This record gives sequence, C-alpha cells and structure tokens, in this order.
Amino acid sequence: MANPNVVLHVADVHKRFGGLHALSDIDLQIEEGKTHAIIGPNGAGKSTLLNVIIGKLAPSSGQVVFDGNVLTGKKPYQINQLGIARVFQTPEIFADLSVLHNVMIPALAKRDGMFTLNMMRSLESETGIRAKAEHMLEDVGMLNRRDMLAGSLSRGDKRRMELAMCLIQHPRLLLLDEPTAGMSRHDTNTTIELLKKIKARGMTKVIIEHDMHVVFSLADKISVLAQGRIIADGTPDQVRGNPKVQEAYLGGAH
Amino acid sequence: MPKFMSRNDLLLFAGFSLVVLTMPIWLAPFGAGYPDLLQRFMIFGIFAVGFNILFGLTGYLSFGHAAFFGVGSYAAVWSFKLLTLDAIPAMIFAVVISGLFALVIGFLCLRRSGIYFSILTLAFAQMSYNLAYSVLTPITNGETGLQLTLSDPRVIDAAVGQGFVGQPVPNILGQQLSGYAGFYFCAGFLILAFFIAQRIAGSPFGMMLKAIKSNQTRMQFTGFNTRPYALSAFVISGMYAGLAGALLAVTDPLAGAERMQWTASGEVVLMTILGGVGTLVGPVIGAWIIKYFENILSALNDNILARFWSFLPEGVADVLVKVTSKFVGDGWHLTLGLAFVIVVIFLPGGIMEGVRRVAGLFRRSGSSGAKTAPQTQPAE
Repeated sequence: MANPNVVLHVADVHKRFGGLHALSDIDLQIEEGKTHAIIGPNGAGKSTLLNVIIGKLAPSSGQVVFDGNVLTGKKPYQINQLGIARVFQTPEIFADLSVLHNVMIPALAKRDGMFTLNMMRSLESETGIRAKAEHMLEDVGMLNRRDMLAGSLSRGDKRRMELAMCLIQHPRLLLLDEPTAGMSRHDTNTTIELLKKIKARGMTKVIIEHDMHVVFSLADKISVLAQGRIIADGTPDQVRGNPKVQEAYLGGAH
Repeated sequence: MPKFMSRNDLLLFAGFSLVVLTMPIWLAPFGAGYPDLLQRFMIFGIFAVGFNILFGLTGYLSFGHAAFFGVGSYAAVWSFKLLTLDAIPAMIFAVVISGLFALVIGFLCLRRSGIYFSILTLAFAQMSYNLAYSVLTPITNGETGLQLTLSDPRVIDAAVGQGFVGQPVPNILGQQLSGYAGFYFCAGFLILAFFIAQRIAGSPFGMMLKAIKSNQTRMQFTGFNTRPYALSAFVISGMYAGLAGALLAVTDPLAGAERMQWTASGEVVLMTILGGVGTLVGPVIGAWIIKYFENILSALNDNILARFWSFLPEGVADVLVKVTSKFVGDGWHLTLGLAFVIVVIFLPGGIMEGVRRVAGLFRRSGSSGAKTAPQTQPAE
C-alpha cells in the first residue's frame, strides 16, 4: 500500500446476509502503533466487521490484509499466530482453570500452538512460563488472585485477566470488542486505566465500542459506522464536529 | 520439591499402588478377594482411566470405546494364535493395533464436537460390532468368538521348540498367568496406566486438554490448533482400551464380538461418571464398584433372597422376595440404573465429590485454605 505504516488493511469489503447488506464498501487502514476505534449505533455492523477481520466470517467480496498476509480464509489459530489477539465482548476464558493457568496457556501457545506431545514434562518445571505469567498478572494488578478459579472472578477481573492472556503473547495487533460492556463505572474506569497503560507501549489496537467516554479517552483515530458504511473517519475532534455523525449517532442516541 | 513429580502426586501414586497391591487382603472380608474378580477390577480400572483422559480431561464423550477394547482382545488372541503364547508380545501388538484403529476413527469423529461427536463414535462402534459379529467372521470367528486351538501355528513358539501338553494357555516367560499371578500381572499394568495418566494430567499437554474442555473458542483464538491435541487424547484413550482388552484376553484367551457392543461402551461411561469425571482415581473406583456389585447382585437368586427375608412373616417375605428379585440376577442393571440416577442427581461430581465433601466437613475448622486445595491439584 501507499502508506508504509499501515499494518491492517480492510480492502473494499462487502458482506451480505441474504438480502441484507451488513457491510458495504468498507475500506479501513489501521496504522502501526495507533489506537483505532470503530463506533456506531446498534446494528451498524461493528461486530460483523470484527468477525470478518478475525476470519470468523468470510466477506462476500474484498479482503483483509495484515502485514502482507491475506487473512481471509485463514483459521482463528493461524490468525493468532500471525500476531493478532482478541478480547471478546463476553470474556472468553478458561473458567474451570486457575487464573495463573489461564495466563500460562497463551504463553505456551506461542511455543506449542501447532502441536507438541510434551506429556512427560511436568507443569511444575515450566518455571520460565510461570514467571512470565506471574509478571503479567502483576502488571494488570491480579497477582493476588492467581490461585482463584477464573470462573469465580468478577466481570471486571475477568476482563483484566483476558487482557493479560492477550498481552502475554506480545501481539502486534490487539482487537477489543466492547471491552467495557456490562461493567460497573468502577470496573470501566480501571479497564480504561489499564488500556491507557498498554497504549504507552505502542501496540496497535482496534477498539469496537459503544461508550463514548471510553472512545474519546483512548482513540487516536475514529471511524464511524452506520448502516454498514463508514460515514466518517478522522481524529476524535474531527469526528466530534462532524454533522453527519451528530445526526446518525451522537445526536440520535443521546 | 523434585522437579519430575510434586510431593502430592508422589503420595497419591504411592497410596494408589499400595491400595491396589493389597487388594487380595482387604477385599477378602467383602467376598471379593479371589483372583478372577480382582483381575476384572484391574482390567476395567485401566479401561476407565483411559476413557477419562478423553472424557474427563478433554471433554469429548465417546460412546464407542468398547470397539477399541474389543480390537485389543482380538489382536491379543491373534498374537497368541500366530506368534507365541507369551503375553508381552500380545499386549504390545494389541496396543499398537487399537491405537491405529483409534487414529482412524478419531480422525473422522473429531470433525464434530458435542453430541454429534458422541453419535459418530456410537455409530462407528456399532459398525465395528456388526463387522466382528458377521462380516469379518474369518478374522473374528463370528458369534462363536475367537479361541485358541492346538493346531494354531504359533511360529515363534515353534521356532524355539517350545512344546506344550493339553489346552494352550497364555503365559509370561513360561510362567502361567492363572490365579494370583494373573492378578499381579494386571495390577502392574493398572499401576503403570495410572502413573501415565497422572503424568499426562500434570503436564503442559494435560493442561491444554483441560483448556480444550473448558473453552475451545478461546483455545483457537489463543493460537492453538486444537485438533491434534484432541486426536492424541483420543488415540491415547483408545490404546488404554486396547490394553485392557488385551489383558482380558490374557486372563481368558477368548474374544467375542459382544465385548464391542454399545452396552459395553455405555458401561465405561457409567464407571467414569459414578466415580467422578475428570478425577484420577474416581474412574477406577467407579469401575471397581460396578464390577463388584455386578458380581454380587447377579449371583443372587430367589432362593437366596427367600433365606435373607425369612425372618419376616411369610406373606410379607413372599412380597419382598418378589420385589427384590427384580433387582438382582439378570435384573441387576435395574439396581445399577437406580444407583446411577441417585448419584447424578445428588452427587454430580460422582463418588470423588462425596469424598471431597466429607473431607471438607473435617477441614472446615481449618480455614479457607481448604477451598483452594482442589483446584491447585484438580487431578486428585
């Protein structure tokens, strides 16, 4: 592409479900190191777009290119191995395992993801991976909960742990699907603090979000989606002042 | 702390071995201290431990594991017929053949998960049963079952010039495997099987299996290709089933198709759930309990019941004999069904959950430390 800083390029993507045009003519360029937010009213196609990027849905036409690799048609684990991690709207965690093990598994995935039959090695002897996981948990402020069952954590803690599970892999691109959905004000604020902390490390992020407070405090760039089309694109200030956005989203909803 | 095994694991393993090896002593008062039944305890213990690696750890419920058990038996008997009466080559041959068989079936069945996986395994197992029963009669000897005969070639035995008199019986290095020798032979394999299962549960590989059970979606988005992990769990548990089937052929050199029927597949599911899914010792205990009560209850008949109830007035005793006779003898499955329903409703975690609850009562005075214990060593 013309811009060498573009790490993720959603090129001319259309997605139809029967007669419904869920996504039309989407062209997005996400730059390295930036936090790019995608906002829009309910039913605008935000989740469909994310699922197309992650390979869960195949686009009807167009393609998604990450760092020179076409993502379309790849399996989720292959996409992850290219360096893309994802935080889900409802935290996807290993509820029956301890917090520490939850964070150790993604670290092992980088090493054994394709398959190794290391069944005679002891988990106890994985000291390097364990230390890394403990360090990561300390980073998100959850080291004191490491022996708890992940399923028994609060919603906010599950989200923080899920973030730790993504961050331990040092992904090049982190996708966040409504990271504060269904959270209390307090949990939302701690999550924003954490995301700001990560932002300082220069990781590229795509955030799909509903909550304007979250979007405007984190994003470098915002794309506004309405009825499957991008209606505005720019910095937070540009987007805030855009009359089309006021009409479609900010004004209409609030 | 030694790196290879934690102290808790070592204690559990030592305790388990001790319990198994002393079974002839402590089971004698219960009327179960004789080799024939003890061998079955060992064999079905191995079957259940292996089944639990797939069902308990990985979360895939197979309704067709008896197929691998049966294949193990047939393979062992063929080894006795063609190669030698020594048990060791027969066991190796059986484990390899059932492993290969599991690789093919697992590769096909693991394209689906949940109930569809279960139905596929059931379908394949019933196909195997029907093949063994009729189509493949030259290999399986159909409904008569595969037996040893005096005219079998046994090329290795013939080559070393080992002759024998009378009915051919499997042995190990010339030592006959009847009676307690057979029991200790099987017990050695159960302890080995338990050890390997324990190692798997405590390894990174085992943690990945547990993670597959817990959340397959997250596994995939974490960068795991889950298929080979699930397939190796399937093959390993198929090899366990083959080992158990081979041991049954060693102690009684006859292989019949009924071993592969769906009721046999269902039995190992019951054993695992009754004992405690996902625990290490639970499935073994479940296997022992089912085999023990099968042995006791199916031997009862109306005469024994009449004697048992004879202290009651005649009319009442007659009614009780009538009612209870439905639950024993051939009807013992009715008792098993009832016991199963009760356990699933009141103790969904099986007998091991019961044990844990009782232990929890004793420990309650301690502290909340008791609460974290089961998850740091979930394989207890």
